[in-house]
Amino acid sequence: MAATQDTIDRIAEVSGAYKYGFVTEIESEKAPKGLNEDIIRFISAKKAEPEWLLDWRLKAYRFWLTMSEPDWAKVGYPPIDYQDAYYYAAPKSKDDAPKSLDEVDPELLRTYEKLGIPLREQEMLAGVAVDAVFDSVSVATTYKKKLEEMGVIFCSISEAVRRYPDLIQKYLGSIVPYSDNFFATLNSAVFTDGSFVYVPKGLRCPMELSTYFRINERDTGQFERTLIIADAGSYVSYLEGCTAPQRDENQLHAAVVELVALDDAEIKYSTVQNWYPGDAEGKGGIYNFVTKRGACRGRNSKISWTQVETGSAVTWKYPSCVLQGDNSVGEFYSVAITNNAQQADTGTKMIHIGKNTRSRIISKGISAGRADQTYRGLVRMMPKAEGARNYTQCDSLLIGDRCGAHTVPYIESRNPTAQVEHEATTSRISDDQLFYCLQRGIPEEDAVALIVNGFCKEVLQTLPMEFAVEAQKLVGISLEGSVG
Amino acid sequence: MALLDIKDLHATVEDDTKAILKGISLTIKPGEVHAVMGPNGAGKSTLSNVIAGRPGYTVTGGSITYDGQDLLAMEADERARAGVFLAFQYPVEIPGVATATFLKTALNARRKANGEPEIEALDFMKMMKANAKRLGVPDDMLKRPVNVGFSGGEKKRAEVLQMAMLEPRLCVLDETDSGLDIDALKVVADGVNALRTPERGMLVITHYQRLLNYIVPDVVHVLAGGRIVKSGDRTLAEELEAKGYGAFTEATAA
Repeated sequence: MAATQDTIDRIAEVSGAYKYGFVTEIESEKAPKGLNEDIIRFISAKKAEPEWLLDWRLKAYRFWLTMSEPDWAKVGYPPIDYQDAYYYAAPKSKDDAPKSLDEVDPELLRTYEKLGIPLREQEMLAGVAVDAVFDSVSVATTYKKKLEEMGVIFCSISEAVRRYPDLIQKYLGSIVPYSDNFFATLNSAVFTDGSFVYVPKGLRCPMELSTYFRINERDTGQFERTLIIADAGSYVSYLEGCTAPQRDENQLHAAVVELVALDDAEIKYSTVQNWYPGDAEGKGGIYNFVTKRGACRGRNSKISWTQVETGSAVTWKYPSCVLQGDNSVGEFYSVAITNNAQQADTGTKMIHIGKNTRSRIISKGISAGRADQTYRGLVRMMPKAEGARNYTQCDSLLIGDRCGAHTVPYIESRNPTAQVEHEATTSRISDDQLFYCLQRGIPEEDAVALIVNGFCKEVLQTLPMEFAVEAQKLVGISLEGSVG
Repeated sequence: MALLDIKDLHATVEDDTKAILKGISLTIKPGEVHAVMGPNGAGKSTLSNVIAGRPGYTVTGGSITYDGQDLLAMEADERARAGVFLAFQYPVEIPGVATATFLKTALNARRKANGEPEIEALDFMKMMKANAKRLGVPDDMLKRPVNVGFSGGEKKRAEVLQMAMLEPRLCVLDETDSGLDIDALKVVADGVNALRTPERGMLVITHYQRLLNYIVPDVVHVLAGGRIVKSGDRTLAEELEAKGYGAFTEATAA
């Protein structure tokens, strides 16, 4: 309780006066519920941020107050009370965490087992209070050291604010401005932590950068902020997320990811997202409202998004590419699986500004149970996008007769030399396919997983090898109970 | 003991009271090859589908005993894992799933059911390559998605390859000759013949006698109007070829 009192005192201190009459009925180490300028000042002070960043946060907050929540997505959820949430939690105390895996939901453990996750990691994922000495921590340390020797910066964004303020000031909010959209603006005001990557000129980063290696810093909270900068001629592959279902006490997640690729640089960003989807009715599941955008600033630069989305109760997410540099390339490969009562409205935006810019969109949506899924994609050819090209392929697979799949493409071309292609299909797993598998001795659930993995193959094969194998297993597990 | 014992089998297509099979009885002993011949609409495909447990059919009477077990009480995938293999008349396409992956999944499903560990990747490759070579299946076909873009002949060869890999006790070949030219037919028949063993039984369903020149049966049954109207040795197939089905179907109608 002392710590809690400390938190309250600090807020009072930062805000100069104890204005809001915070009551003391707080059991964990959190700032009080609600959102106001004092909370934002508190967050910024906790992180010892420079003045400009606090100003930026406040600007975002004030702008956010004038905005309303978007309602154009084809998702439904009860209204969110933004004052009924915590915006700052101190690093978690281990006291409330489960003491061992015996105290963890057996259903969750069953899934971990199927994914073949080592025991130590299971403990970490389930939030078990374990000693700080992870096997992975020592791995992470050597890994980070090696990267540093090569000049790659890979650290938490808070650390980057302190150590590399110039880079942060130059690029933070330069791709997703604070005023971008309701959720991104909220994130700008209250983001807690996230990853920062800088790859120096001409360097081909020889290893995949993974959030996994930031395990010891992983309590980044619900408003994660990531910034990746690939300097001229560099290459980096970044892996986000985890195939294992992650639980989180915060229902609302509004992350922002910004990527910048300079001349001849390439960024490959892969995500496997498996947040808790809630029970069969969708109760208790995570709302995942994410803004991800990459800017191909330089000539011949390339940004490639690959995502496998299987979790969350509601997903609202459109990883995008702004193709500014001539000859730059944007790619979006997506597998989205919704089962039971899950809802997803996801897709991409490809904004062609430079000459001869190219983009490729491959989206595979799988809907089962009573789930509803929408592909929403924008391809915009700006007046100067001479010779620009886009190819979009959007395939939906339906399992059962109570789910839905919708495709909403927006195509705008303001340059007569630009070419845009859009193909879309909707299909079902046929009884013939299923029986063919059964007749070869493959049990029904395995058969569905096999057929769906085949359907997603084009996307899954763009994932780094190890991730791809896990993602394949995940596809099967996500669809359990969807047939028969 | 009989490998497959069908007794007085009656079946309808689901949601329809019209009987397709009206009392079929036949017994296949290990090592025997039985042919079922008949005109279109006689119930040939229904028979093979009912044996394999395809959804959409209702058994209204009779029994099927396989290796001493009540086959009708088992799910389709259980039957397959117990050693019942159906070579499809129209093999199904599964986009994005490599033939090799499909075979490995099927093989491991059976091994798992038998309490055996998964097959080693290297052993699997060796086994698959050996079988593929024997059946004249080119390596690139193993990498291509199951039946996608395969020619008629390739599809049937792939079916026989699957049969060879899964080592079933009972093989049901449903009009395996349909859509094959004579060269492809020979290749497929050679493949099937190579799988004839003293333990394995086969039920070869066909419209034409042609196939039986290559896969020589021990017993031939004539199926017409949902009943076996005549059984005999391989000469019955030749008799059919000479006289046509008319002679037999009229005999039943009378």
